[in-house]
Amino acid sequence: MAKINLNMITQRAIEEGVAMEKGKTTPDYFEACSIIEMNAEDIKKLGINPNANVRVISESGEVIVKAVVGRQTCYPGLCHIRQGVWANQVVPPRTQSTGEPQYSGFPVTVEPAEYERIKGALELVQGACGLWKGDE
Amino acid sequence: MAKVITGVGCPYCGASCDDIEVTVSDDGTKVLEVKNACAIGNQVFHHASTPGRITSPRLRQPDGTYKEISYEEAIDRAARILVNAKKPLIYGFGSTNCEGMSAAGRVAEKAGAVLDNCASICHGSSFLAIFDNGYPSCTLGEVKNRADVIVYWASNPAHAHPRHMSRYSIFPRGFFTGKGHMGRKIICIDPRVTDTARVADIHLQVQQGHDYELFNAFRTVLHGGDIPDMVAGIPKEKILEAAGIMKKARFGTVFYGMGLCHSDGRNHNVDIAISMTRDLNEFTKWTIMAMRGHYNIAGPGVVWSWQFGFPYCIDMTKRDLVHMNPGETSSVDLAMRDEVDAFVNIGTDAGAHFPIPAVQHLKKHPWITIDPNICMASEISDLHIPVAVVGVETGGVVYRMDNVPIQFKKVVEPAGGILTDEELFDKIYERMCELDQEA
Repeated sequence: MAKINLNMITQRAIEEGVAMEKGKTTPDYFEACSIIEMNAEDIKKLGINPNANVRVISESGEVIVKAVVGRQTCYPGLCHIRQGVWANQVVPPRTQSTGEPQYSGFPVTVEPAEYERIKGALELVQGACGLWKGDE
Repeated sequence: MAKVITGVGCPYCGASCDDIEVTVSDDGTKVLEVKNACAIGNQVFHHASTPGRITSPRLRQPDGTYKEISYEEAIDRAARILVNAKKPLIYGFGSTNCEGMSAAGRVAEKAGAVLDNCASICHGSSFLAIFDNGYPSCTLGEVKNRADVIVYWASNPAHAHPRHMSRYSIFPRGFFTGKGHMGRKIICIDPRVTDTARVADIHLQVQQGHDYELFNAFRTVLHGGDIPDMVAGIPKEKILEAAGIMKKARFGTVFYGMGLCHSDGRNHNVDIAISMTRDLNEFTKWTIMAMRGHYNIAGPGVVWSWQFGFPYCIDMTKRDLVHMNPGETSSVDLAMRDEVDAFVNIGTDAGAHFPIPAVQHLKKHPWITIDPNICMASEISDLHIPVAVVGVETGGVVYRMDNVPIQFKKVVEPAGGILTDEELFDKIYERMCELDQEA
């Protein structure tokens, strides 16, 4: 299976801002934040079509998200997950002694995961804390 | 008759727009229409009066579910958690007013807590650079009226501060900038082709994490030195062109964002940005400004510097010996070293915005969330206390990104008689004093 190593960043997007204010448990927030934006070349290298799910693995965790090219293009080798619950599953908490986690510029491995399910925000966060009881 | 309230402040981003018009229902409980706000600001006002808001505190039960409790009980529990903890952490304040921050400061001092705000994971490294290198800044009014060259470096206002470009930097016509957009040059430096890059005259697509080299190249050029043919992915002639425009400005401003503070180098990236601004002042007038994220995230820096002498990462565990040392007393580092034994999340969402390992560490101890809405933090905490939405259900003083204080207005009554942040912290403080006396 094709695997690629990319440099990941996470920043704000207006869709994320609007959805966040509407509520982090809404479908809008899920749609806005559970995607990874990468260059079309990198999607091709993975041997998948745009909008297929991928697994993103970093030194501190992993997450399933949907791979898209996105409007604000990344150059080949760079990828972006909008700030929020999904991005923070993989953001390394190391801070270079400043208090600020490594939100921008950390290595990730991306691999196809077309048949894996993207988890919801609550499932990810409550799940990480042992509170997730499943969809009611 | 519906009532129109003008001159309302918007409680979302650091641009803190204060020209919003809100139409409220007859009985003053519901927001009907919002004018002038961006898509996000619009959502903030409408969301506040959406049915289904949480109006009473909730306590986590042994089976993992929440049970509604009274404010009195919630205040007692919060006070007891803070009194019993050896080193509680009170973090957040991205979305509250200065009155609430001040009241929380008193609670933190009483509890011997670490008091920290969202700058800790945002513009904290800007503070470090500013301490070292100064801050040749200005107000957004000066930018609007004077600036003819704007640099957006590692910031994307089209998404993060949607009205920044139209209110202050690119499009408005000011006193000396009567031609508006036509009279201004815009330079955007970003590794992505962002929507901000699309409105810029020059976009330098810097390699991610190599901003320091690019700043260094600009400084070298400004000092008359030669640079390599390619620096940080940018050809030499593009750098010379941009530096030439910057030197010829009548008044320029560098707006920089998270791309500098979150990448390798952190405060050093900001440090050299300030040095470049200083160099540019050899030729003409240049200023620099941090694109602060929330409408009042400049507030805690101002309020707590006045109260305690430090803007963030304030360790009060040694009681009368207050100190600040990011890396040691910063929230994420404290969490990762398991140094705190209680956590208060106020006016932010650490559950969604901290790296997940930090969340897991903090969750080992009592977690209190003080927030108007259901968010990730509220859904994993042991105690959730809802409060009034600042800028919608209560007014107060906020500091805009250029450190200009603005009086925000209340537009509707708080839903279901919920308390404001200030009232809540004052009550927690009083209860802590009572518990002290009982002991």
